[in-house]
Amino acid sequence: MKVLKYLLVGFVFGVVLTKSEAVSWYRIYEMFQFQSFHMYGIIMVAILTGVIGIQIIKRKNIKDIDGAPIEIQDKEKGSARYWIGGLFFGLGWALVGSCPGPIFILLGAGFWSVGIVLLGALVGTFIYGLFQNKLPH
Amino acid sequence: MDFIFQTWAWYVSGFLIGVIMLSLIYFGKTFGMSSNLRSLCSMAGLGKRVGFFDFDWKAQRWNLVVVLGAMLGGFVAVHFMADASNVSINPKTIEQLAQLGIDAPNGKLMPDALFGSQIFESPKHIILLLIGGILIGFGSRYAGGCTSGHAISGLSNLQIPSLKAVIGFFIGGLIMAHFLLPLIF
Repeated sequence: MKVLKYLLVGFVFGVVLTKSEAVSWYRIYEMFQFQSFHMYGIIMVAILTGVIGIQIIKRKNIKDIDGAPIEIQDKEKGSARYWIGGLFFGLGWALVGSCPGPIFILLGAGFWSVGIVLLGALVGTFIYGLFQNKLPH
Repeated sequence: MDFIFQTWAWYVSGFLIGVIMLSLIYFGKTFGMSSNLRSLCSMAGLGKRVGFFDFDWKAQRWNLVVVLGAMLGGFVAVHFMADASNVSINPKTIEQLAQLGIDAPNGKLMPDALFGSQIFESPKHIILLLIGGILIGFGSRYAGGCTSGHAISGLSNLQIPSLKAVIGFFIGGLIMAHFLLPLIF
């Protein structure tokens, strides 16, 4: 059951992202052309659901599944890494139309060419690891 | 039962994505997909050469199980829940894509012009997908998260750093979609 719940959450995630077409290169292109509300609606409702859920967790001191207090870590302070890293990510996102979640989902669905994107993403992650100490954060 | 095969509405999909993130928080974890790329690098033994990958990836195995589930979900949704009416994007978008020589969806998730099996014979297309992947991998690790970690998890927790990252995502995306893609195609 311990492992199964992660498999189940992942499964639902894969189905939802596919059926909402958030994994589709077309939907990402359409979003960046401001020609549809669909993707913006998905992102906004997800955040709204998340904001409400997290506020409930914090205010009611809800415990996690093992009974431990839920602590959500704040993101590290900083600016350069978020602006520059974000910019690089966005360029890639709009080019291949998939972010890390969809890369795996599409590969699972049998879009083999996305394997090249995954290979590139691993190389990109490795490049960051190599130069981490030399980059402004 | 028809709704299963049609495109899921944004409010249903967005809500479910929010619930997925909250479930992982309830399990004592966080929702973030790009950190799996770091785990995969570590699994490949890169930790011996680069300090960034020298960490206990086994503690992140749960997230790799989420990935496995997502891959299965993608398989089931594409093979058993698809319909010809899917991916009905704006006709204006289709027209614009035609000018770039990119095929219309007609129910498919991905354009053949970029992802069809013929691209394996085209160095240009292989390099394009590779560069896109490198930008995604490098950018998400540099920014410390991707769409799931920053846009969904971070913004849901009202994190200013995540807002900066998400604005960065959109600036990069707009530059690519409006200025670079027309040059590439």
